[in-house]
Amino acid sequence: MDTRMWWLFGGVAGLLLLASVTGVVLSYRVTTEAGRETVANLKARIKAWWVMVALFALAFAFGKVVTLVMFALVSFYCLREFLSLTPARPSDHGAIAAAFYLFIPLQYFLVGVEWVSMLTIAIPVYAFLLLPVLSVLRGETDDFLLRASKIQWGLMLTVFCISHAPALLILEFEDYDSAFLLFFLVTVVQLSDVLQYVFGKLYGKRKIAPGVSPSKTVEGFVGGGLAATVVGALLWWITPFSFLGAAALSFVIVISGFLGGLVLSAVKRSLGAKDWGTMIAGHGGALDRMDSVTFAAPVFFHFVRYFHT
Amino acid sequence: MIRLLLLALTRFLVGGQGLWIGCAPVARQRIYFANHTSHLDTILMWAALPPALRARAHPVAAADYWGTGVLRRHVALRVLNAVLIDRKGEQRDAGNPLAPLFATLADGDSLILFPEGTRGAERIPGPFKSGLYHLAREYPDVELVPVYLDNLRQALPKGSLLPVPISCAVRFGEPLALGPDEDKADFLTRARDAVIALS
Repeated sequence: MDTRMWWLFGGVAGLLLLASVTGVVLSYRVTTEAGRETVANLKARIKAWWVMVALFALAFAFGKVVTLVMFALVSFYCLREFLSLTPARPSDHGAIAAAFYLFIPLQYFLVGVEWVSMLTIAIPVYAFLLLPVLSVLRGETDDFLLRASKIQWGLMLTVFCISHAPALLILEFEDYDSAFLLFFLVTVVQLSDVLQYVFGKLYGKRKIAPGVSPSKTVEGFVGGGLAATVVGALLWWITPFSFLGAAALSFVIVISGFLGGLVLSAVKRSLGAKDWGTMIAGHGGALDRMDSVTFAAPVFFHFVRYFHT
Repeated sequence: MIRLLLLALTRFLVGGQGLWIGCAPVARQRIYFANHTSHLDTILMWAALPPALRARAHPVAAADYWGTGVLRRHVALRVLNAVLIDRKGEQRDAGNPLAPLFATLADGDSLILFPEGTRGAERIPGPFKSGLYHLAREYPDVELVPVYLDNLRQALPKGSLLPVPISCAVRFGEPLALGPDEDKADFLTRARDAVIALS
């Protein structure tokens, strides 16, 4: 691993240390019951962040194959959460099995062998057509469109979209290691989530979409989004872009990430759940942490590909 | 080896952590009884118990499924510590089909039982067979713990061979006991309601 990458992860660890210390200080200062609950949740979130950052660093240290396997596992758990919330009929069993056992490995294999044209159509074209075929052969027509779309949505969001994050590794630039591009995307999108949460807790008043996501506020979105854009711009030196280019792309990541969070929140609520799962203490499920990545990754991937290669 | 593999595979595919809602995972002699929708039920119940309890809990499995095939029989008997019973035994006069279960309870071990006797396709269990009642009457000191297995019919529905990854949960409820002069039908309804209450 590049020494600059060690410095970057060192910086992230420093930020987490600061967050952990803040958590401890806050837990001594809160007095109300609601405040205690918020701080307990905050501490659980920070603890989970340590684990997630460590896993991410490990993947980077071992290179492309391990990173792909790790993202494939993330897709696997996200799809498991998605389909666990959408009750299926026994007739959909074949389609679900194909989604897990055929299309997850296939998609990450295509990323691994750098077959870009195929990785962008395998799921939107072939899975899109094949999955309803597998269900229709069982002959059950009740809610057919609804059942087919649930599986297709799940596969698109959790496998197709998320796979575009590690797909950044296969973009080629002169004298540039695209691992930094993946670091840039994940840092900006997650920092945007975290800063929107922090700004929302500190200054949040006007809710953006109370019915969809009660924790999203105008103040949180504007403050957190701007701060994340600034941090992204300041990271221009790890990207192949200029300062303004990095700022613009950070803005794109922030906006698409925000919209992803909003849409997935609506999907989740339409399925009658508050969290996608219970896998990550304090955060909810894996998909609660990846929701903004699902939108940000493919958009960022194609912007970079269009403008810079 | 097979044990570890089975446990790892179960956790990876369906999760299936035990949620102890109505009682604690303590080493007492118990009969865990649950709804039945999938062949995975037996494995999941076994996996949800902490190792110390697992070692002394015996799933009651149908001999006509778990007793056939070399691998399946090996898994049932050596890995899951299952007690095999003959489901069609009631029609024959080959003695009490519940005899192996009485023997297990006499040893002080616990049982994992699916009182419907067969797999259903619905979220709510079907009517219970009388086995649970006879066991409860014979061994009144054994705790009867209702268990609800959530989502397993999605992971491996009846008629499918390949399990798919769906998050499943195992919810343990509050123990109940057979009343001193409780009627068989009343007791079985009450036991079934206790499982439904956890769904």
